Amino acid sequence: MGLLSKKDAKLITDPLADNNPITIQVLGICSALAITAELEAAIVMSVSVLFVLGIGNVVISLMRNIIPSKIRIIVQLIVVAALVIIVDQMLKAFAYDLSKTLSVFVGLIITNCIIMGRFEAFALGNKPWQSFLDGVGNALGYGVILIIVAFFRELLGAGTLLGYKVLGDPIEKSGVYAFGYENNGFMIMPPMALIVVGLIIWVQRSRNKALIED
Amino acid sequence: MGLKQNLHNLKEKYKGTKMAPLFNGFHTFLYLPNETTHGGTHVKAADDLKRTMNTVIMALVPCLLFGMFNAGYQHHLATGEIERVTGFFSGNFWNLNNLGVGLIKVLPLVIVSYVVGLAIEFVFCIIKGHEIEEGYLVTGMLVPLIVPIDLPLWMLAVAVAFGVVIGKEVFGGTGMNILNPALTIRAFLFFAYPTWMSGDKVWVNGARELAGSADAISGETMLGSLAQNLTPNYSVSEMFFGFIPGSVGETSTFLILLGALFLIFTKIGSWRIMLSSVIGALVMGFVFNMVADAGIIGETSKFYGLMSLDFWKHLLIGGFAFGAVYMATDPVTASQTNKGKWIYGFLIGFISIMIRVFNPAYPEGVMLAILLMNVFAPTIDHYVVQGNVKKRLKRAKVKTA
Repeated sequence: MGLLSKKDAKLITDPLADNNPITIQVLGICSALAITAELEAAIVMSVSVLFVLGIGNVVISLMRNIIPSKIRIIVQLIVVAALVIIVDQMLKAFAYDLSKTLSVFVGLIITNCIIMGRFEAFALGNKPWQSFLDGVGNALGYGVILIIVAFFRELLGAGTLLGYKVLGDPIEKSGVYAFGYENNGFMIMPPMALIVVGLIIWVQRSRNKALIED
Repeated sequence: MGLKQNLHNLKEKYKGTKMAPLFNGFHTFLYLPNETTHGGTHVKAADDLKRTMNTVIMALVPCLLFGMFNAGYQHHLATGEIERVTGFFSGNFWNLNNLGVGLIKVLPLVIVSYVVGLAIEFVFCIIKGHEIEEGYLVTGMLVPLIVPIDLPLWMLAVAVAFGVVIGKEVFGGTGMNILNPALTIRAFLFFAYPTWMSGDKVWVNGARELAGSADAISGETMLGSLAQNLTPNYSVSEMFFGFIPGSVGETSTFLILLGALFLIFTKIGSWRIMLSSVIGALVMGFVFNMVADAGIIGETSKFYGLMSLDFWKHLLIGGFAFGAVYMATDPVTASQTNKGKWIYGFLIGFISIMIRVFNPAYPEGVMLAILLMNVFAPTIDHYVVQGNVKKRLKRAKVKTA
């Protein structure tokens, strides 16, 4: 990577795997469970968080020297809220159906721990460019898990991917349904999202023993 | 050189390798190991894990056999080939025709359950390098008994894999699980494939294929018809002896009672849990009877059918008896303290009947009640133990003062 120094590149790659916000820091679990029943919703959510966290980190970082530390949480909240409202209005304007599916969860990006966590832990003490990379990295790490979980949940729970019937039609009994396969209704329920996230954590930690805590 | 010596030699040969637990497991399962401890005093007890498990399986065998006959009986009864039974030893029930259907439908369930479950258990033992535990022996027998007869085998395989891995192995294997693995498997099936686990088409072999045709047969369970405010046409003796549709092995309260006596006599199952769950169920049923009698809910209410059922009949229908005797008493997931067992069992009975009545979509309340109480069992134990500590501290204070 010619563009980024080694240290900067680590800001993006670290949250993707060994310091993943969901599986390692266990942040942002709530939305990960709620909106991963469909792949499309998960992708839109990831993009929204990417937008909010990338820009928000830069804004906070630019203001880091003038924010009085006593009211920094309020300032952070205002920044997030402003960005989330932009995302929400954009979704309502251009993807109305999706915004209905995501319902409150777009609004709840404001309280997503990943965002406040990165503002507090990184943007307040680092320069804008690094903060931007950190924001993008963490949002991507969040998005990767969301998309993996949603992929399995939609595929096994509804037999579709992004709305396409990849496994055949369950009513006409085509594709794999002709052999007696049935959709697993449990996959669509929130508990299964928790279990899938748990399985990802399991796989990740057995591949990298350093991540196991006592 | 017999099999025993062969296994022993294999065991020596593979000692220290990853495969060692596999041969050890087979060896100790089939024979007494060659090695004995020398010197010193050791605790000698006959009831090791293997024997405990086998005792429970012995208590389950009558239910399994009855379930096979019942599978055929319900099928032939529904298609009109035989008449209703008149007594327990009726030839309409105990005949080879019925057993044939049962063998064809039930044995594959048993085989799939054991093969998938034990395979996963072996794999985990080899990965973790510890000895094979016999924990799955009972689970593997329970599972086919608590599923509907027509359940597709691949669904059972998926559910067993899920139940053994998520319900047991992630917690550290036999003895470490929070939830009863057999019920985890059933709950998974219930939520994943509800159309195969409830309704009026799954309890009688063949009902699904014939649905919609001229020969369509109905196989509603008693709980199912009561939840729809229908009065099922079965006598008390039919309910007690188990000539009713239901999951494979759960219908015969009579045989479950014999199994319960056997478990209590061999001191494997806790009589406290069994008795207190029965009391809990009776209390809840009695309260509902009072509510129905007092006219608080009318006959048009959707709860009326189950609420007005005589309270003691709740023990005879559905899977309550089976759950209370074979599942609630699972020593790993139940409460450990004696006082805790009373509370644990009572709440299982109480909640079972409550779920049964108030949620017709989940007629089998006992499964959910036991799973719920499994989660609370450690909490109950904690408070019982702390209460005892407090009491004794108080006594100590009085003495020293």
